[in-house]
Amino acid sequence: MNSLILQTTTRYLLPLLLLFSIFLFGRGHNEPGGGFVAGLVAAAPFALYSIAFGAREARRVLRIDPRWFIGFGLLVALTAGLLGVLLGRPFFSGVWTYLVVPGLGPIDLGTPMLFDLGVYVGVFGVTLTIIFAMEEAD
Amino acid sequence: MLLAAIGSGFVMALLAPGLTRRLGRAAGWVFAILPVTLTLLFAGAWSAAADGAPITTTLAWVPELGLSLSFRADGLSLLFALLITGIGALVVLYGGSYLHGDRDLGRFYSWLFVFMAAMLGVALADNLLLLFVFWELTSLSSYMLIGFGHDRAPARQAALQALLITGGGGLALLAGLVLLGVGAGTFEISALLGQGAAARIDPLYVPAVGLILVGAFTKSAQFPFHFWLPNAMEAPTPISAYLHSATMVKAGVYLLLRLSPALGGTELWTLVVGGVGATTMVLGAVLALAQTDLKRLLAYSTVSALGLLTLLIGIGTPRALEAAVVFLLAHALYKGALFLVAGILDHETGTRDITRLGGLWRGLPITAAAAGGAALSMAGLPPLFGFISKELAYEAALAGPGGPALIAVVVIAGIGFVVVAAQVGLAPFWGRRPTDEGVAHAHEPGVSLWLGPMILSLASLGAGVFAGAVGGWVGPAVASATGTPVTVRLALWHGLNPALWLSLLTLAVGGLLFAARRPIRNGLSRLNPVLGADLGFQAGLGGLNAVAQAQTRFFQNGYLRFYLLMVVATTILLVGGTLVSQIGVGWPLDVLDVQAHEVVFGGLILVAALVAITSRSRLSAIAALGAAGFGVSLIYLWYGAPDLAMTQFLIESLTVILFVLVFYHLPHFTRLSSPGARARDIVIALLAGGLMTALVLTVLAVPLFPSISGYYGAVSAAEAHGRNVVNVILVDFRGLDTLGEITVLGIAATGVYALLKLHPRNPAVGPVYDSARSEDGS
Repeated sequence: MNSLILQTTTRYLLPLLLLFSIFLFGRGHNEPGGGFVAGLVAAAPFALYSIAFGAREARRVLRIDPRWFIGFGLLVALTAGLLGVLLGRPFFSGVWTYLVVPGLGPIDLGTPMLFDLGVYVGVFGVTLTIIFAMEEAD
Repeated sequence: MLLAAIGSGFVMALLAPGLTRRLGRAAGWVFAILPVTLTLLFAGAWSAAADGAPITTTLAWVPELGLSLSFRADGLSLLFALLITGIGALVVLYGGSYLHGDRDLGRFYSWLFVFMAAMLGVALADNLLLLFVFWELTSLSSYMLIGFGHDRAPARQAALQALLITGGGGLALLAGLVLLGVGAGTFEISALLGQGAAARIDPLYVPAVGLILVGAFTKSAQFPFHFWLPNAMEAPTPISAYLHSATMVKAGVYLLLRLSPALGGTELWTLVVGGVGATTMVLGAVLALAQTDLKRLLAYSTVSALGLLTLLIGIGTPRALEAAVVFLLAHALYKGALFLVAGILDHETGTRDITRLGGLWRGLPITAAAAGGAALSMAGLPPLFGFISKELAYEAALAGPGGPALIAVVVIAGIGFVVVAAQVGLAPFWGRRPTDEGVAHAHEPGVSLWLGPMILSLASLGAGVFAGAVGGWVGPAVASATGTPVTVRLALWHGLNPALWLSLLTLAVGGLLFAARRPIRNGLSRLNPVLGADLGFQAGLGGLNAVAQAQTRFFQNGYLRFYLLMVVATTILLVGGTLVSQIGVGWPLDVLDVQAHEVVFGGLILVAALVAITSRSRLSAIAALGAAGFGVSLIYLWYGAPDLAMTQFLIESLTVILFVLVFYHLPHFTRLSSPGARARDIVIALLAGGLMTALVLTVLAVPLFPSISGYYGAVSAAEAHGRNVVNVILVDFRGLDTLGEITVLGIAATGVYALLKLHPRNPAVGPVYDSARSEDGS
């Protein structure tokens, strides 16, 4: 598909959508958002990119094979579940701490957020693995 | 110490392939160091066991399951351990020469050591579940070793058969051991045996014993599972000598001996164990007469010997158990030797056909001597150990509960041993030399081949001559089997008692049958294929495959629409059936109390759905489906679930992108289904929609459980540090579910990737690629 409009738009949308996905991910615990939807939003510009420029170009921009994200996401999510076990609590117990950022006050940090990061990365990888594979099938 | 002894075998298994390459010819000698060391260690542990204070080791493994790494080296365990390591050392040495130059020799040693360690585990385990783990490991290593020559189809088939039978029996055994452990309240064998007769009056006794017996019978090749053992002769001969004669096939016998103080002595035990043992014993003795292959001849006589052991355990008197333990030792010594001799003959002459062998004593004098000793022990001639064990078996039968019938079957087995011993251990070495070039010029093999059978033969002789000492030595083993301390007195001369007359009768009839072996063989070999349970097994396996293929062809026909139809129809049947019969369809009263905007949303979805199913263009159908999805998202949004709405919007958008990508590859839109099929699909679709409607209405009308949303709302911010309850549920409250879901997503993506990227680009692969054909048209 050689559409100048789509190609130009995609170039600008890519950073914007990525920023938006990070925003969605960051607010997910307290406002609508979260890892799943953020992963989809992050995958969308790359999907557009692969339609506009071809999967080969999209892979080049992404640099890493999306299949790696699937494994990495699952690993992160599993690690989040296991951290509680290391402290002698049941699998998937939430472990929380907080970080004091000057000017912002304390920010809660916990294994559920790490888990959400795993979901984010995993969903991103799953979506792009499927889309790229379909794009490349002849 | 016991843990290290078992662990060392597994470590050796890991090192063996690399070491084999380095050591070359010396591999057998070097590898034999480990089993020899272990033999000395176990011999050193003997006095502790004899004093009634056996060495034990316990290490918790999975305490919740009652599974612990507990080992106990009492008399019976040590007798087995010594057989395993002692004969193991000889087999390791022998195997290096026998398979010299084989490129898989490293793998051979690896699995041999796995087996040795696992078998030691079976013998020494003091925990029922631990014993089972090692038991399965022996089946697995046996599978790998029978199939060692994996480029030959018969070896693969025999390996698979042995695995299926022993593995299937293993499943029964596991169930039986669990029942036994649950009934007794402990999985520790020593604790179980300490409870005395408690297990015999437990309500679980009958099922537990039945299942355990199936496990023991499959492993020890008892009727009707006996046929895998002769087929297992596809294994290299040292393996046949070790696993399929001296040790592994006796695991079932070991288990029966081990548990007989707790489980034996009942009428059920005596009838089943004794009956199966007697049947196997006679069957093996008769079928052996039909064989011309040295190894199969020995295998059938091993089946017969295992039957005799089982029968003696079934009789269960202290004298019978003593006879069983002594015979077990005698059999391991002479049968191991004869198998190794058969291997030498095969190695040096290139044939195992007894009709082509003869007069070999000139070429192989040392082997002839070793074979002669073992054969005389097997035939039960004094002063060899086999004579003593046979006398004990006859005495046990004479004093046993079975009367003349019991005595007769034991004598039949004894006669069978005489005939087989003469055919394997004597006939190939004496008599006329055949004209066959290879046989006539055969010569003595190297020391590493003849050393094993020679040592075993000398052991048969030594144990017979020094019977008194051996008696004291097997005493603790017999005590483990009877459950009470016993004194075993063994002697060559028991006086002119009935057993001696039976022995003379056995020898006389055996000699006659040996003289008439050719006509008997011809007669039996016509009968053998009919009697073989092997045929039943093959038929069963074939039937299983046929059923699997038929149901695969039906269910996995490659049409996605058929799969969807099946999934939806099954759901309708199961869920709908349950709903109507168990709960009934509910009807909440306020269901008609609809608002205007709800009508708009519902109308939007309905119109979109109608467009989707009537459209003649794929793109408009997909767009309409997307519109229906957006309508659902609007409902989410309206009722305060922005997360769901947002996700749904994104999913709908991505779905449309995916479909556009897929359309590119599809042929033109055509109607493939007949009017009849369409009518069927309409009915199924309406039923599915109706079911979902009924389900939702029922859920609203019948509050099965109190709602949990209040709880989540209350604790979400307080305990889970998040105000977005939906997200907190996803990542915290129900994080495990989410982990499962993203795992499924990952698997699905991998599957899509594999289908698209790795398919062989071959139009003949299957109906999947034959998209122009219709399921109704063909």
